[in-house]
Amino acid sequence: MVATAAREIRDGELVFVGMRLPMIAFALVKRTHAPRATGLFENGIIRDEPASTPLYTMGDPPNLFKATFCGDMISVMSLLQQGRVNVGFLGAAEVDRFGNLNTTWGRRNGQSVRLPGSGGACDISCLAQRTVVILAHEPQRLVARVGHITSPGNGNGAGWRRAQGLPSRSGPSAIITTMGVLRFGEDGEAYLASVHPGIRVEEVLSHTGWELRVADDLTVTPEPSEGELAAIREIDPSHFWTRT
Amino acid sequence: MTGNFNSKSVSMRQAITEHVPSGSSVLMGAELEQMIPFSAGHDIIRQARRNLTLVGPISDILFGLLIGAGCVSRVMAAWVGNASAGVGYCFRRAVERAIPNAIETVDYTNFTMAMALHAAALGVPFLPTYAALGSDIPKSNGNLREFVSPVNEDRLIAVRALQPDVAIVPVQRADAYGNSHLWGNLGVAIDGARASRKVIIVAEEIVPPEVIASDPNRTLIPGFLVAAVVHEPWGAHPSPVQGYYGRDHAFFSEYHEQSRKEEDFERWLEHWVLRVPSRADYVKRLGDTRIANLRVREHAFSAPADFGF
Repeated sequence: MVATAAREIRDGELVFVGMRLPMIAFALVKRTHAPRATGLFENGIIRDEPASTPLYTMGDPPNLFKATFCGDMISVMSLLQQGRVNVGFLGAAEVDRFGNLNTTWGRRNGQSVRLPGSGGACDISCLAQRTVVILAHEPQRLVARVGHITSPGNGNGAGWRRAQGLPSRSGPSAIITTMGVLRFGEDGEAYLASVHPGIRVEEVLSHTGWELRVADDLTVTPEPSEGELAAIREIDPSHFWTRT
Repeated sequence: MTGNFNSKSVSMRQAITEHVPSGSSVLMGAELEQMIPFSAGHDIIRQARRNLTLVGPISDILFGLLIGAGCVSRVMAAWVGNASAGVGYCFRRAVERAIPNAIETVDYTNFTMAMALHAAALGVPFLPTYAALGSDIPKSNGNLREFVSPVNEDRLIAVRALQPDVAIVPVQRADAYGNSHLWGNLGVAIDGARASRKVIIVAEEIVPPEVIASDPNRTLIPGFLVAAVVHEPWGAHPSPVQGYYGRDHAFFSEYHEQSRKEEDFERWLEHWVLRVPSRADYVKRLGDTRIANLRVREHAFSAPADFGF
């Protein structure tokens, strides 16, 4: 998943990194195909080089040590609103067929569960040029329709984002799961673009809460290269964030 | 400093007694996961404040703790949980089951919370943004209202200015008049201090005014905004203060486990808050080993800036 997430970052891009896997992915691309990518954190940190140790939160002291910039939230998040940020990574409790995310109200055994809320996720999903969602592939997470749109994807289909007034160059780009990679068609709906090695398409479909379309040119997600695996081992030697 | 200035130095207990009455709206967690004013929160609990409105982008476990202790009737925030572990059990109990009391939640996003405080800091009634268009968040938050731009007909969200009664802002160092140096990620601290009616500074160190004036770019909160200065070493534990101590990750995980059930949370509250009269006692309770492990291992001082002429 880390190597797959890393491929969503191109060289020279401004990236809203987030925590956990995307942070490892950012560290990875700096050593491989995108050495000139820059990492942004909504608490006010900008880094040209990733932190030297794994972090629990973006405010952990190693993330400030040798940062390129430390300032306030507006000075970093305004870059999003200006349209300068190329890609943002997000997690979610639920994502639906149009890439809308819910991190406000979950469901467990038929009961509503109050989740922590947006944080900066809604801002990123509204304003980043491309948004990449990473989550475990479970039917209760990939649902036909989220109960609450915390962070908008393509709403109910093509043209919805523009109708809401969201910037024309913004929106969901990929959903990376534990089983494969989903991308979005012209109509704004997600389809299965690749399956991870060893995963069958039927498994993906049975773990998805709607009738997921499959690309005509479905591929197998490329395995991480030797170089990528070596870099991941170096970045996360104790497999703190990369158990799989 | 001239003799026109009076020291604002008080104990945390005095600061909370005087400046955080029940019913106040209180901005905390302005520096996000760094420098969260936990010691102030503990004193608010010990002084049994009620019906507070908590304001902040995120707060890690501090908001949940105050909610669980029954101090809160409203939360205006972008995220309430445990940054190490996800959900906050006290927040969930209050929202889902009104335990220990019902609370009103006013959901923001990080950027709209920052804009709300920025608007108040600028002295204007609202600021426009494209953030939160298309989201369900504005549907339940009347402070985020869609409108059409008068200059280009874009749809925008008007974020209403938010003026908390008091901001509690931890800093690395301040003088006794409240002029404060802080560094690291600043979150919404500068706007938050300017937006609020009163500011309580919680300083790891009190330094002479000459130290502050030696580096005026680092004076991010001028003393005339400040109502009280509390000298409180380790006041942000378990959150980190850059250059002073690290984040106590284990403490957050332990809290997560011990707040899962109400009765365990009550015990946690007794042990870490109610039976601990002061921050010095709290530090003693943490123990020498834990404190030693959190101290800065290798200092990294910035290059000096030359203000000479």
